[in-house]
Amino acid sequence: MANKRIDDATGVETVGHEWDGIEELNNPLPRWWLWTFYACIVFAIGYCVVYPAIPMVKSATAGTFGWTSRGALATEMKAADASRAGLRAAIAATPVEQLGADPKLLRAAIEGGRAAFKVNCVQCHGAGAAGAKGYPNLNDDDWLWGGDIATIHQTLEHGVRQPGDDATRMSQMPAFGRDGILTAAQVQDVVSHVRVISGQEKPSASAQRGAKIFAENCVVCHGANGEGNRMVGAPKLSDAIWLYGGDRATLTETVTNARYGVMPAWGARLDPVTVKMLAAYVHSLGGGEAAPAPAPQAVAAPAAATAPQAK
Amino acid sequence: MNAQDPTLGADHSNDLGLYAKRKSVFPRKTDGPFRRFKWAVMAFCLAVYWGTPWIRWNRGPYAPDQAVLVDLAHRRFYMFQIEIWPHEFYFVAGLLIMAGIGLFLVTSAVGRAWCGYACPQTVWTDLFQHVDRFIDGDRNAQIRLQNAPWTASKIARRVFKWGVYLTIAFLTGGAWIFYFADAPTLQREFWTGTAAPVAYATTGVLTFTTFWLGGFMREQVCVYMCPWPRIQTAMLDEKSLTVTYKHWRGEPRGSVKAAAKSPVPLGDCIDCLQCVAVCPTGIDIREGPQIGCITCALCIDACDQAMSKVGRPRGLIDYCTLEDAEHEEKGEKPTPILKTIFRPRTLVYFAVWAAIGVAMLFMLGQRSRLDVSVAKDRNPEFVMLSDGSVRNGFTVKLRNMEDRPRKMVLALDGLPGGAIFTDEMEADEAKRSLALDVPADTTRRLRVYAVQPRAAARPADFAFTVKATDTEGGQDRAATTFTTAEGNGQ
Repeated sequence: MANKRIDDATGVETVGHEWDGIEELNNPLPRWWLWTFYACIVFAIGYCVVYPAIPMVKSATAGTFGWTSRGALATEMKAADASRAGLRAAIAATPVEQLGADPKLLRAAIEGGRAAFKVNCVQCHGAGAAGAKGYPNLNDDDWLWGGDIATIHQTLEHGVRQPGDDATRMSQMPAFGRDGILTAAQVQDVVSHVRVISGQEKPSASAQRGAKIFAENCVVCHGANGEGNRMVGAPKLSDAIWLYGGDRATLTETVTNARYGVMPAWGARLDPVTVKMLAAYVHSLGGGEAAPAPAPQAVAAPAAATAPQAK
Repeated sequence: MNAQDPTLGADHSNDLGLYAKRKSVFPRKTDGPFRRFKWAVMAFCLAVYWGTPWIRWNRGPYAPDQAVLVDLAHRRFYMFQIEIWPHEFYFVAGLLIMAGIGLFLVTSAVGRAWCGYACPQTVWTDLFQHVDRFIDGDRNAQIRLQNAPWTASKIARRVFKWGVYLTIAFLTGGAWIFYFADAPTLQREFWTGTAAPVAYATTGVLTFTTFWLGGFMREQVCVYMCPWPRIQTAMLDEKSLTVTYKHWRGEPRGSVKAAAKSPVPLGDCIDCLQCVAVCPTGIDIREGPQIGCITCALCIDACDQAMSKVGRPRGLIDYCTLEDAEHEEKGEKPTPILKTIFRPRTLVYFAVWAAIGVAMLFMLGQRSRLDVSVAKDRNPEFVMLSDGSVRNGFTVKLRNMEDRPRKMVLALDGLPGGAIFTDEMEADEAKRSLALDVPADTTRRLRVYAVQPRAAARPADFAFTVKATDTEGGQDRAATTFTTAEGNGQ
């Protein structure tokens, strides 16, 4: 039980507890300290009244200020949108190929595109836009359809192989093996030829036979020397970059069955400003090409006026 | 402590409430060497505080001309000819360490000198107590006014005094913001209502804290709120100077009249209570060392005056170490003051303090005003180009810490056959080295691509070097690596 006493040395009363001979003096708090404590209590009561504080069965008490964390977030998002409104309007008013004329606007577009890319594109193209098998690496200098900003924008807007979109990117490679156009042996010969022109194999009898088959079947799209054709999305075959793989097995599969990659038409999914920003971002990744020399006004079919890039 | 002593700072009567009422302190005016020293320290501290932001310092057209400026917006700290960038913050850390060890040094040598003379709480409390004496009169007049009923004249006096408090507090709070922006500009903006909201908020907060802590809290800050007195008790030892009442000389105390009547000889203390009356924290030094004593030594001045009036030697209350107090009590000779101050402990503190100072000065002399740092892209680590060459991306930061634009050359060191270009150039303009302009006092951020041709492309360690091409020169390098598919399992 409490054993209060007056401590001799200080003349102060003890609190009455004792632990192994150690006692505690009952020195009073300074008054301002006490008032601070009372003020904290008053503040806490006021806080509980005006802000959501007390947990109930379904949610907390609402609080008279009507503050909610969702509401606060909505306000912040609105403020952020408002602060971006000017830039977005400027981007909306600028044709995509003119974005580069204003470095500040281009910078804003690239940063906006970086954010949009992380939400919409990384699933296929990867966080660093380095692509994967079947999904192009956007950092390099090899483009199926063209690497200037307007062409990238066109590809983004209309997608690849999107039904119902007249301007969509559509390449049609026959399934040479599966559809019986070439025999399995002929396919192997073509593969040999392609591996020779891309510098992966030494010339061989198979490759010579393949060159002939290539000239008969492939040059229409891929060009006499395998240089590709961006108008029809035919990849360059003589370079070091392979979308699906340049080894014999993968090439055999590609020639036999053909490949039909797809990409959504982002124009139908995102607002025009975001698509423009994505184009600016992809163009900025290191492989972006300069706009082609002034060409006649491009008409609906983009292939009509755009000369193949002399890369 | 004596519970019945009415001079105690806190009311320790055993009729305990939940709180201790503050006992008001009305220090009497005094004079003497320590009081004059305190005046000098106070004048110096206030002059430094109020004057420093207004000192101009020419740094040329690209930097502010304020001698001491903490430019938070641009992340620069200017101190006369020294300019500190955020990555050099260790200089500030070093200064703080020096300040800390300096406090140790001062405390172990001369006790709570910081508390007694230089602490802002002490300086401003002292200032406000002068205001009290100037407006309300000396100690007795102040006590009378305190106990007087609230007449119109008392209210007028109080309002006037608090107005003066508030003015001082405002000047104090207002002066602080000038360390963070160009002082003349900010002053103009402040009065025209165009300064940043944070300037007004800071002024408001500091005005309030000065008004409250200096005008009303006073010694309670030292006794209840400040951690430093608690730490100091660990710093003090038996050889540290403290203000000591020499009780072996003073006791038993009694007035001159009482001494004449007393059958036994009394001590030197005439119990005039002058030491209590002048104490700014309201303690009685004759009770021995205590946390309320900030060793301002005003009681020494007061006691010396009293002793000279009754024709007794000065120094009944005096700066004295605990060790000397024991010696003196036994009638032995005290240690010479120099031997007390220059002892191993203080010398070690001084050596550490000075070593940090010298090291920082050396670093300041050696530091480079030009810097390159490189961050390699990690996703993708490398990019295969159509001709088989391999490209790596880097973010390069060129830091020009001089207050003038400089021309620099960024070059490859290593990576045979490789070349670099930036995102502002075309890939076919890639070269071994690039000439660049870096604006004054800025970090220029560049996207740099390094390319190795197909035949030479293999993983390698290399470095970016940067060299200033003007007459002052200077260079730096940053090591990094080049990645290819080789060794990546691809």
